[in-house]
Parts: sequence; C-alpha cells; structure tokens
Amino acid sequence: MLKIKNVNTYYGQVHALKNVSLHMSAGEIVTLIGANGAGKTTLLNSLSGIVPPRGGEILFQDVPITNLAPHKIVKMGISQVPEGRQIFKPLSVEDNLELGAYLYHRAKAEKERTKKTADMIYELFPILKERRKQLAGTLSGGELQMLSIGRALMARPRLLLLDEPSMGLAPIVAQEIFQVIENLSRESETTILLVEQNARAALKMAHRGYVLETGRLILEGMAADLLENKEVQRAYLGKDKKEIWER
Amino acid sequence: MNIWDEKNECMSREEIEQLQLERLQAVMNRVHKNVIHYKKIFDNLGIIAEDISSLSDLSKIPFTTKSDLLLNYPYGMFAVPLREVVRIHSSSGTTGKPIVVGYTKNDIKTWSNLVARLMTAAGVTRDDLVQIAFGYGIFTGGFGMHYGAEAIGASVIPMGTGNTEKQLMIMQDYKTTVLVSTPGYALALAEHLEKMGINPNALSLKAGLFGGEPWSEKVREEIESRLMLSATDNYGLSEVIGPGVAGECSCKNGLHIYEDAFIPEIIDPETGKVLPAGHAGELVLTTLTKEAFPMIRYRTGDITCLDYTKCACGRTLARMKKIMRRSDDMLIIRGVNIFPAQIEEIIYSVAQGETPYQIVVERKSGMDNLEIIVEITDKIFALELQKQRSFQENVKKQISAQAGINVDVKLVEAKSILRQNGKITRVIDKRQI
Repeated sequence: MLKIKNVNTYYGQVHALKNVSLHMSAGEIVTLIGANGAGKTTLLNSLSGIVPPRGGEILFQDVPITNLAPHKIVKMGISQVPEGRQIFKPLSVEDNLELGAYLYHRAKAEKERTKKTADMIYELFPILKERRKQLAGTLSGGELQMLSIGRALMARPRLLLLDEPSMGLAPIVAQEIFQVIENLSRESETTILLVEQNARAALKMAHRGYVLETGRLILEGMAADLLENKEVQRAYLGKDKKEIWER
Repeated sequence: MNIWDEKNECMSREEIEQLQLERLQAVMNRVHKNVIHYKKIFDNLGIIAEDISSLSDLSKIPFTTKSDLLLNYPYGMFAVPLREVVRIHSSSGTTGKPIVVGYTKNDIKTWSNLVARLMTAAGVTRDDLVQIAFGYGIFTGGFGMHYGAEAIGASVIPMGTGNTEKQLMIMQDYKTTVLVSTPGYALALAEHLEKMGINPNALSLKAGLFGGEPWSEKVREEIESRLMLSATDNYGLSEVIGPGVAGECSCKNGLHIYEDAFIPEIIDPETGKVLPAGHAGELVLTTLTKEAFPMIRYRTGDITCLDYTKCACGRTLARMKKIMRRSDDMLIIRGVNIFPAQIEEIIYSVAQGETPYQIVVERKSGMDNLEIIVEITDKIFALELQKQRSFQENVKKQISAQAGINVDVKLVEAKSILRQNGKITRVIDKRQI
C-alpha cells in the first residue's frame, strides 16, 4: 500500500531523515519507535506533505506522492492526526469534525456520506456524540484526542498517521485510546502508521515496527521480535547507552 | 506442498526487493554503529550507510572474508554486547584458531524458523520422527536442524554422529521417518544396513535432509534407492547462520535461498566482480536479520549459480544450484571444514620444522577418509621406532583436537612421495563427488 524509498528530509541545513525506506501493507499497524529527535514526526510530516522530502520516493497505492501538496495527499487517502491534537477549541465538537470533511464540503452528493461518516465516528466515540454541541475547549485530554482522531477519519482515509496519541494522557485514558486504535484497525481495516512514546504499548498493538535513530532506520521487524530486542529495550527506556562503540 | 512461512517465501520480486533494501540499509547502519571491524573499514574508505540507495549499491561495499573473521577473533565481529548473546558456536578457520559466532535470543528464533522452512520444503511435518545424525556441540549442524524440527513440532531424536549400529537399531525400532545427516553418512548407513541384511523397505524412512558437504545427483540417486527415501539438499554455513540459508523443495531443482534474511550475490572469485544471474561463481551472502553476528558480503568460497525464475512449488525465492566446488582449497570431510594450511601447521609444529607431506582424501564405503603421508627426514627421524610412533600419535591427536576429525597418519621413506617438477601435490582428493 505504501512504499518509501531513500527519503531524505531537511530542516534548513539539518539533515533530519537519512535515506529512510519503509513499506506498509494494507490493514497493517506499523509503529515507528525511537528517541526524541530521531525523526519520527518528521517522517509522518514528510508523508503527509507538511515537510516535503528533498530526495527519495514515496509511493501510495503505486502512485508517487513525493512532492504533492498536503491537501492533495489527504485527498488520496492519507490523514494525519497531529501531535498535540491541534483542535479548534472555540468551535464545537461537531464543527471540528466537520472540518475534517473539508475536502468534500463543496460536493452536494458527498453530504450524505459525510453524515454517515460522522455517525460512524460517533459510534466509535460515543462520548463525542454526547458532547457534540459542546465547545471543544471544554473537553478532557482523552476526549480531545478522540476528537482529533475522529476529525482525521472524516476524510475517510485508507492510511492513518497517528502522532503520539497517548501524549499527556493518564495511563487509563491512554489505554482507552489504544483500544480504539486497535478496534479501528480491526473493524474498518484502516492501515495505521503509529508514532508513540509508549513504545511497549505501541509494539504490543502493532504488527511490525521500525526503529529510527538520529534520522536513520536501524531495525525493521515483527513487533514481537522488536520487543525482545535489547537495543530496542534500551532505546525505549530512554536510557543513554554509553557503549564504547557509540559514535 | 506445504510452505512454512508463506508470507516470506512467496513474495513478489518487487516486495522482496523493497524488504531487502529496507533491511540492508538498517543492517548497514547497525554494523557501522556497533561492529568495530566494519566501522574501521567504512570510515577508512569513506563509506556511509547512505551510500546504499539500491540493492546494486551493495557492490560498492568491500567483502568480508574468513581472514577478517580470524583477525577479529574471538568477539570482534559481534554487533551486540556479549551479555545479550545466548549461544556461541564455532567453525574452523584457516589456521589454528576457530571462528566464533554468536546468537541472541531473537537470532535463535530466526534460525529455528529458517530451518523449519527448509524442513517443511523437504516434506517434514509435525507427525514426523526426525533422527538427527549431525554433530551436536560447537558445530552448528546438530542444534540448527534440531531447533527447526522442534519449531515444526516434529518428534526429534538427537542422535549425534557415529555409533552406526545404534543409529540403525533406533531407526528400526523407533520407526524414524526422517533422517538428517551428511550425504556421506547416509551412504555409510545404507552400506551397514546391507551388511546386516536389513531390507530398507522395512524401515519407515520417507525423507532425508542431507547437507554439510557437497554431493552430486548421482549420490542422490544412490541414497534414494538404497534407503528408500526422498533425499533433499540444504545449505548453510556457520559464519552466516548455520543450516537454514537455503533448501531444496520437492521439485529438487535448486535450493531456495531465504532472501528475506540473506542477500545472495555471485562474484567472479578472481576479480570480485558481480556476475549476472545464471553465471557460475562464488556465492557471497549478506545477512539482513541477524542481530548478534551480522555479515556484510561474506565470501562463502562455494561455487554455484543463481536462478530467479519461478519454481513450480510456489516459492518466489531465488534458487541456487547444488554447490559445484570450492573457490579455495578448503576440504569438507564428513561435514567438517578443514583447510590444508591448518594441517600443515600442525605437522610442522610437531615435526619442529618443515617436512614433506601429502594429504590424501578418499571415500571408503561412503565415508570420507583423510590420510596424511609424512616422509621420514633424516634430521628428525633418525629416531628409534618408539619416537616415530609418538610422532604419528601426536599429529593425529593434534588434528583431532584442533580440526575435530580423526585422520590416519602414515610415515613413508624419504623421497618416496611422488614429485612433479620437484614439487609435491599437497592435496589429492580421490573422491568422486
């Protein structure tokens, strides 16, 4: 479904992604793990077109999307749930969701489908239905995250990019969010690329994983195998390993 | 026809290549970071992992040879700290020191699954009784095949090598269905069977997995007709993982290389240039999934060629022909790798100086036999019979201790070994493999 070859992304002079290659099959949950600053969010942003890569190739369903504008990429079926939710707090829950369907707002024929999608999202997150008229600013952290995911789903993506969905949430709320992500993958067959600070939870949920280190992929494998990998264990415990061969 | 890991054995060429590229880039990053040897070499040549943007870029990277492994004896090639290694095996080097290889917990799992693939391809199922007549111990053969058979869920009889009569008794009484051994040992078993007057039809054998040494189609026919089983070849080497690099399917038309775990290349052994598919040359392997002991472009010394056409079994993996010969002078005796230089070192050290000698390899009733003929020189062997005997014993003992095989040592008169242009041919291999 997704194929990335030799992606190189820069912030000015800073080489943030170095020759990254990655693939995803339809229906998979793939997680990206790595320390802060390793380039996880950058990779998501390169995929969604927010920070276009300077080199390399991204194929989505065999179509190159490497230098497309973000809105065109959304149209092709990739939606991103940004880090920190980025919800419009003065707007109601309902309006926030509707913004996610921005792509379809002109087409009359889409109105019905958009409503259906919204209903599906309310079913997935009953609490959002309860609060649909409430201002988003009054929601709790977990509810905001649900709204953020819901908003991304309004564009009816085939590939969902999730950036740190559990950030700032109480463990029990985070658990709930993970459950939703798993259900989403199982029921709607949405393909999910997940960046998560809680690497253990992410690997338990994912089929496969990639490990990023200072902009380079250093490991690919089945999520269960990565959980057993000592280097991964060190990396996601966030401990700074000072081995003699550390460059 | 059963396939153990359909997802990884039946990918499209495009999928295999994408996966290989991802894993190659990752392993290059890992070895550059974690293996002192590669860090030194890459830094000297100015190679960075980002130089690999396609699989063909692999040819820009230098080879890893057996002497690199010896220079880094014992742990210099490890990519993880020793505390993460759960198993250590060895294989013979070109000199006295062996090559040390290590496995993490994940590596053992990977290895088991690779062997399970070749066993499944050879027809082994969970209902089988697998008799493993490979050496258990520091060599990879026994444990590698054992873990693979267990992964499938077959019943494993860990016999080890030798003790032919007991092997046959167990084969008869326990109703062994699958034999795992070297092809040479299979022939020795067949011979013994005939001597004892046992009809091979009375055995329950259905499949035989033979590896550890090169063998021909002729030997296959012979084993199949004498033991009444279906014989398949499998390939591996300790430096790369052990058994589990490649294995034949029931089509018996080449060994499928597990390309999600290894990238095979064929090179001209003289120039080191990569040869196109179909050309015979030396097999070079790069590991993609190993954690403890990754190898980049390891020169196996085995001559073969690759075939990327589709196999009738459904696997999309490239196939390598049965090993044709070696590109170096390594001898494989009963599945054990021996280098003539190793033997020379021992003879010279026991004789305390250079001594004319010759190595003769023969196959006697299916089993390889290595004989060392040493000329009695005046300076050392103007000794009484007693001391000559102890010389013989010493050479035998040293070779058995260092190389792990028993050899015959014969002393002959000075100047009695045939010389051509004044030179002795060091190794005479009389086996018709």
